[in-house]
Amino acid sequence: MKVLVAVKRVIDYNVKVRVKSDNTGVDLANVKMAMNPFCEIAVEEAVRLKEKGIVNEIVVVSIGAKAAQEQIRTALALGADRGIHVETDEEVESLEAAKLLKAIVDKEQPKLVILGKQSIDSDNNQTGQMLAALAGMGQGTFASEVVVDGDKVNVTREVDGGHMTVSLSLPAVITTDLRLNEPRYASLPNIMKAKKKPLESVSPADLGVDIVSRLSTLKVEAPAARKAGVKVADVAELVDKLKNEAKVI
Amino acid sequence: MSILVIAEHDNSSLKLATLNVIAAAKAIGGDIDVLVAGAGCGAVAEAAAKAEGVNKVLVADNAVYGHFLGENLGELVAELGKGYSHILAAAGTTGKDFMPRVAALLDVAQISDIIRVESADTFARPIYAGNAIATVKASDSIKVITVRPTGFDPVSAEGGSASVEQLDIVKDAGLSTYVSEEKAKSDRPELASASIVISGGRGMQNGENFKMLEKIADLLGAGMGASRAAVDAGFVPNDMQVGQTGKIVAPQLYIAVGISGAIQHIAGMSESKVIVAINKDEEAPIFQVADYGLVADLFVAVPELEEELKKVL
Ligand SMILES: Cc1cc2nc3c(=O)[nH]c(=O)nc-3n(C[C@H](O)[C@H](O)[C@H](O)COP(=O)(O)OP(=O)(O)OC[C@H]3O[C@@H](n4cnc5c(N)ncnc54)[C@H](O)[C@@H]3O)c2cc1C
Ligand SMILES: Nc1ncnc2c1ncn2[C@@H]1O[C@H](COP(=O)(O)O)[C@@H](O)[C@H]1O
Repeated sequence: MKVLVAVKRVIDYNVKVRVKSDNTGVDLANVKMAMNPFCEIAVEEAVRLKEKGIVNEIVVVSIGAKAAQEQIRTALALGADRGIHVETDEEVESLEAAKLLKAIVDKEQPKLVILGKQSIDSDNNQTGQMLAALAGMGQGTFASEVVVDGDKVNVTREVDGGHMTVSLSLPAVITTDLRLNEPRYASLPNIMKAKKKPLESVSPADLGVDIVSRLSTLKVEAPAARKAGVKVADVAELVDKLKNEAKVI
Repeated sequence: MSILVIAEHDNSSLKLATLNVIAAAKAIGGDIDVLVAGAGCGAVAEAAAKAEGVNKVLVADNAVYGHFLGENLGELVAELGKGYSHILAAAGTTGKDFMPRVAALLDVAQISDIIRVESADTFARPIYAGNAIATVKASDSIKVITVRPTGFDPVSAEGGSASVEQLDIVKDAGLSTYVSEEKAKSDRPELASASIVISGGRGMQNGENFKMLEKIADLLGAGMGASRAAVDAGFVPNDMQVGQTGKIVAPQLYIAVGISGAIQHIAGMSESKVIVAINKDEEAPIFQVADYGLVADLFVAVPELEEELKKVL
């Protein structure tokens, strides 16, 4: 079966984020960018399904500016077979991303669509669920285990209080949580090979989707900084401070 | 304005986070209705009717909602929500699962994880793991919003006398079925609402050593948390993870033991009133956010802490 994986280009998770002094956003100039960590997990899961012989083709999609092709190439180096780049310089909100992905789903007819549960820039946690609703599919969100069984997939989800397993009819949408797998690194030969894999570029208009903005960001501020604390000499001093100064015990 | 709040519950009791969401609804202003969707959830509806500020409780009591499957809840809430200006739910794993479906079915944006209401259409929310706070204005006619409970002081659970109305809307999307569930049982306060939380990290070395923290938790009546590293290593269950991609907590007192203080962890606890860090590395970033830092080997300090607490409590 065919699986579609959506990957987003975001700020590298190790980078210290700085808010711009004019409060219009976060400073992304000359900042290291990377594939969203949850999307790496999504790619890895697709590759593992292919290695198990359950999947025969992995199509990877990214929506964004030209530079997003780097993340598609990374996914191709990790084992995806071909890429689709939906090129736009506009900021794409989750609902519009879901609509673009829906248009690709209609065209490609994958049995499974795997996304990250959350982008680490917007922290939205929406796109997979929105896509599932638009496409009329079931969803296995925050997945920590995926077992394909004929025309069903069993997904174990990380939920408040523990785990929950659901069974979904295929086609279905899965969003990945941290403990689904540990992504591999791309080897140099595979990075070279990835350069030759097919990568098609389309525009939102080609897909019949209008990018509209429903949310406007009025300002972006740094969070209130915590005031510097003190070091205590020993446990006795700590307990004394908690009891008599902070009065929290 | 009219606001629909979706109650979070387990079919037998109302989750406290719902009271924080009602508080967010009050900050928006307008009539507040609460939807209780579940199976055999009559007691929850009664509890919701007593909450401060609630106008009406709508009850959708049917087996199809019993496990809170996002596909079924999504259809139900999208249909009901058409008559409201705002639809709110707690940003827990249930709300995060079904609310985006509601937004997509209504063809509107979702505003995730709000921590502040500026006006009926403008909200503040953390982005980039809480390293920035964005103020966003929504132009859609219906605002679909998930609320970070720690951002709002809960309304009172008592004093209200809302009417209770049974709904006869059964939405079975037929896309998913419940298979099984594994919920950690614990007598400790729930992590997200505990007033004291003690968390352990990779420095704990193994799950057995978490017993040391349990003793402290028992003394203080604290909830227990962990870093991602501790969960990944299998020391403790996943639902104990505090951070950007785990639980967000804001207790009166947060004690971090053997946790380095990665931004993804800080994102989940930086709103705590008082933060204590115990770490043997004096350069550990956790000390930058700690009100009280103790540079010490936790295997010495934690047993000492237990003894000292016994003296004063
Ligand atoms: C996409 C993404 C999402 C993430 N989400 C989360 C999240 O939600 N929550 C989260 O916590 N992390 C998250 N992380 C992981 C995060 O980046 C860190 O890797 C993690 O928080 C580290 O956990 P730790 O502090 O326990 O381990 P370490 O960083 O290894 O720190 C262990 C600490 O223990 C101390 N120590 C060791 N032995 C002792 C001793 N005997 N006595 C005293 N101190 C000792 C050490 O000095 C060290 O500071 C995420 C990462 C990514 C990429
Ligand atoms: N611009 C994009 N391009 C490709 N995939 C995306 C994009 N935006 C979101 N996604 C997918 O949706 C997931 C969740 O994103 P979000 O809803 O923004 O938190 C990501 O991990 C991706 O898998």
